[in-house]
Amino acid sequence: MSAEIIQTIALQKHFGGGDIKALNGVNASVKKGEVVVVIGPSGSGKSTFLRCLNLLELPTGGQVLFEGMDITDKKANINLHRQKMGMVFQHFNLFPHMTILRNMTLAPIKLLKKSQADAEAKAKALLERVGLSDRANAYPSQLSGGQKQRIAIVRALCMDPEVMLFDEPTSALDPEMVGEVLEVMKELAKEGMTMVVVTHEMGFAREMADRVIFMADGKIVEEGTPEQIFTAPRQPRTQDFLAKVL
Amino acid sequence: MRPSASQSWPLEAPDWILNGPEWLNDLGYDFYKSFVFDNRYQMYIKGLGNTLLLTLLALLIGVALGVVISLIRVSWDKNHTEMQGPGKFFLGFFNALAKVYLTVIRGTPAVVQLMIMYFVIFASSRNKVMVAALSFGINSGAYVAEIIRGGIMSIDTGQMEAGRSLGFGYVATMRYIILPQAFKAVLPTLANEFIVLLKETAVAGYVGLTDVTYAGNIIGGNCYDYLFPLLMSALIYLILVMFFTFLVGKLERRLRSSER
Repeated sequence: MSAEIIQTIALQKHFGGGDIKALNGVNASVKKGEVVVVIGPSGSGKSTFLRCLNLLELPTGGQVLFEGMDITDKKANINLHRQKMGMVFQHFNLFPHMTILRNMTLAPIKLLKKSQADAEAKAKALLERVGLSDRANAYPSQLSGGQKQRIAIVRALCMDPEVMLFDEPTSALDPEMVGEVLEVMKELAKEGMTMVVVTHEMGFAREMADRVIFMADGKIVEEGTPEQIFTAPRQPRTQDFLAKVL
Repeated sequence: MRPSASQSWPLEAPDWILNGPEWLNDLGYDFYKSFVFDNRYQMYIKGLGNTLLLTLLALLIGVALGVVISLIRVSWDKNHTEMQGPGKFFLGFFNALAKVYLTVIRGTPAVVQLMIMYFVIFASSRNKVMVAALSFGINSGAYVAEIIRGGIMSIDTGQMEAGRSLGFGYVATMRYIILPQAFKAVLPTLANEFIVLLKETAVAGYVGLTDVTYAGNIIGGNCYDYLFPLLMSALIYLILVMFFTFLVGKLERRLRSSER
């Protein structure tokens, strides 16, 4: 098997019967253990790209290969593939009617058929790691934004995913809470987790990314190491964008 | 004197009323006629029992039907653009059926539906409570379906995405994540539908079912005097509704104070 864990081939996503081309032929790949950060102006299609990777957004054309299998194939069981792709959302999307512990153990118990004790042990260990073990029995409404997002990350980790997808995980947070979430993500990256991160946090991209992808108008304009992208961007579109955000 | 069985009202009031103050004699006689004579109070009790049983059964049928119909409608609305093959055909078929059901049931009076059920569809059945419960249940289901559909649609789409991204299928996400939240959101409205249903069963007398209203009606007819019988029927409904309104209020306060 190739080292590529995710690969997209000529990925297309059109909205409104083809009027809006959110993705227009994206070829990208993610290697095992790699941290790929996707940046770009709003409306560039970077979130759509990420959401196509686990088919939350159904591509209108092209293929998504996960562990070498075409998951856009009608016969593929997307639910099984998604168990191995953790996702973290901009707006956390914790389940408000459940305690934190229940949020984290629901999927492992129902889908991985883990025992309640096993699932809770794993959840508690993860809570310990993100410093929230005292909130296990709290409800999401009792947490701050930063705490919610840290819980959302460990909720996804409870499924032992192969890849973690982050859809602008810090965009909805108050500035003072961004740091605590990025800290968790950095630790995760250091442990060798494969990560695809859509973000506006250029600091994170520069520090943690193995590769940076710059997208604009539904296409990959440029990709490379953070040093190359941030210090010597080749494309004028990239230079333009970075001049505005840095 | 003891009235014979053929008499539907007593010839005169008993001594315990006639011995009272004179100005109360007429009123006392009416009261005696309406409640005491011939053990008539038992008829109100029977009516109360039938009304409550009918409402409860209709509620159960209505909620079950409402959940199914609302799920069909929501699933179709959210998924049909991305569906293909026989699954789409079946869901589309049931969705069309659900729409017809909602239109017909909400577009015709409950009394007419009840009469069609009893005199036409179940003309051979003499089980009035069951037929009426089914009829009111089917009627209530249409309203419950729209209430629950509203509840499901009020849940943020991010909840469905979060459930799906963990690997839950559409049905499992609905069951574990969306429906519990939707139910919590619409519980006060559902409780209100229950109160509306309770009063709607007052037309059960059209098929000869002795509910609270019909009991008052019969006794009033027997006495040639409707004042006390109908006041009693109204009072029973009022007490029931006030009691359930009180319970709903308690429920709402509980829900508001618990975690959302």
